Amino acid sequence: MSILVDKDSRVICQGFTGTQGTYHSRQCIEYGTKLVGGVTPFRGGEQHLGLPVFDTVHEAVAETGAEVSMIYVPAPFAADAILEAADAGVELVVCITEGIPVLDMVRVKAALESYDCRLIGPNCPGIITPGECKIGIMPGFIHRPGRVGVISRSGTLTYEAVYQTTQNGLGQTTCVGIGGDPVRGLDFIDCLALFQADPRTEGILLVGEIGGTDEEAAAEYIEQHVSKPVVAYIAGVTAPPGKRMGHAGAIVSGGKGTAADKFAAFEAAGVTTVRSPAELGSAMKAAM
Amino acid sequence: MNLHEYQAKQLFAEYGIPVPDGYPASSPAEATKAAKDIGGRRWVVKAQVHAGGRGKAGGIKLIDKLDDVAAAAKSMLGSRLSTHQTGPEGLPVNSVMIEAASDIEHEYYLSLLVDRASERVAIMASAEGGMDIEEVAAKTPEKIVRVAVDPAAGLQAYQTRQLGFGLGLHKDHVRQFTKILQALYAMFTERDASLVEVNPLILTKAGRLVALDAKINIEENALFRQPALVAWRDPSQEDEKERAASAHDLNYVSLDGDIACMVNGAGLAMATMDLIKLHGGAPANFLDVGGGATSERVTEAFKLILSNENVKAILVNIFGGIVQCDLIAEGIMEAVRQVGVSVPVVVRLEGTNAKKGLEMLAASDLPIQPAADLTDAARKVVEAAA
Repeated sequence: MSILVDKDSRVICQGFTGTQGTYHSRQCIEYGTKLVGGVTPFRGGEQHLGLPVFDTVHEAVAETGAEVSMIYVPAPFAADAILEAADAGVELVVCITEGIPVLDMVRVKAALESYDCRLIGPNCPGIITPGECKIGIMPGFIHRPGRVGVISRSGTLTYEAVYQTTQNGLGQTTCVGIGGDPVRGLDFIDCLALFQADPRTEGILLVGEIGGTDEEAAAEYIEQHVSKPVVAYIAGVTAPPGKRMGHAGAIVSGGKGTAADKFAAFEAAGVTTVRSPAELGSAMKAAM
Repeated sequence: MNLHEYQAKQLFAEYGIPVPDGYPASSPAEATKAAKDIGGRRWVVKAQVHAGGRGKAGGIKLIDKLDDVAAAAKSMLGSRLSTHQTGPEGLPVNSVMIEAASDIEHEYYLSLLVDRASERVAIMASAEGGMDIEEVAAKTPEKIVRVAVDPAAGLQAYQTRQLGFGLGLHKDHVRQFTKILQALYAMFTERDASLVEVNPLILTKAGRLVALDAKINIEENALFRQPALVAWRDPSQEDEKERAASAHDLNYVSLDGDIACMVNGAGLAMATMDLIKLHGGAPANFLDVGGGATSERVTEAFKLILSNENVKAILVNIFGGIVQCDLIAEGIMEAVRQVGVSVPVVVRLEGTNAKKGLEMLAASDLPIQPAADLTDAARKVVEAAA
């Protein structure tokens, strides 16, 4: 078992014929992801990486039965791409694109409420169920099928967490990079609920960072609804207030969103926290 | 991207939001001319810097003789203004704004921002204007009224009434307030603002609502569709190193420690800084070289790091996912040679071809210490800087 995606997930790529779309689609196919086609407007009818290219997502879904879309469309057009996927009946949209204007995402999130569609990202590494399905830009080889569910706002820091659970033999059920933007799709709580309900997931590794209050909300949720062991880490203890640390959402503003507050919230909720990112794997093992 | 007050007020005026009569000036003569053009008998001379807290720092002066306007402008122009938001080094004052002084009956606080929790544009207002709103929010949150705007429907009149009556405005003033709010919301969404703050919005003795100050922040991700605003960018108000970094697609933030770090990925970069601190060191910067850390970027990153004289040691932490660590190692050696790095460099590589990369570093005659893992890397670099 896993959450959201598995070996049977039928996936299309929006922005399929672009540099990023091509490179990462090829990596996903090599990993074993069931990529069934792609969308690039005005390129419909062509073949790319041995798969059909469509002009619209509606057409792609009708022809291939795709239920997941992976988006590499450039930021100015990404909001449109997300909504096109939702309107075409795609159940899960994974938007890798970085740099989407936040007001575009405000409109997208409001519009998504009328669809039965889940969004992961934007500005995220994607989602992977090891050994079955990789949708995104993460390096496949660091993952192993196993018992830990990973949720993270970061990219390479997620790889760090994942790799530690691979090296100490725990492995992962599914890893979700929810992204570093202030307005985004799935949040920690959505993923916690899915992992709690997944019988194969025995422990959950949560990697947060400064900015916003999603970690605090997650801590409260865990206290009330999650019985599986959770290990949490927050990046950005040393980040100065008022400075954006790379990710659009990673900023302490108005005294809110500090790492100290988030650590305190998790500890108050009985969640195991680690202060060193080098101890993510060992703490998870101990907690399980 | 921040705008200057005079630029923000120009935008306000375009949207029909009342502001005092005023002009920017970059010389004492221009300041005097501006005051004459404005007329009246009292003026305010305001230093134009990208920071709040100007009043307390001497950056705002009330003048009641036309002859004194030039002197006030002269004392500010060319100086650096240090406020509680700038740090002791301050920001350069290259222009001032000359405005007609206002008769203030009451000061209100008003702001629009993208609220992360509701994922909407939120409007906050308080009758405690002129104050530090964070302090009001912390001590007397009940004095702040707020609404969140549905992006499809837009700002509704009932919401503006809710805010206006919530502030205790007289009914005669609520209509003015509604117009101002609708204009501010239109400006916010059309110009891709991430923050608009009017502190204070004043009620004059004559019963007019006027934006006495204006702070606008434009979202960086949306600058591609705001060319007119990009032309207003004032690099003199931005950190030189951070600007140089962004020109090379690097993300850099200065800190005051002595251990520099270079990392691929923002989350891992923050985690690396924290790890240095955890092992008793102090990070000198945040630096994300991005997912595709090329040799050229690594070279630029070293140059940037070494432009900080406080740096005593460097920690390079790369998790090679898609990128291969042996290629990164080559890039690091090339950069260290080219830039002439004189401080110790500790390198931790993990991921694809990490072992090969570390062997290459160990075999070189450069001042590079390979590290086996994160903890080892942190210990070594803290020791090297001690």
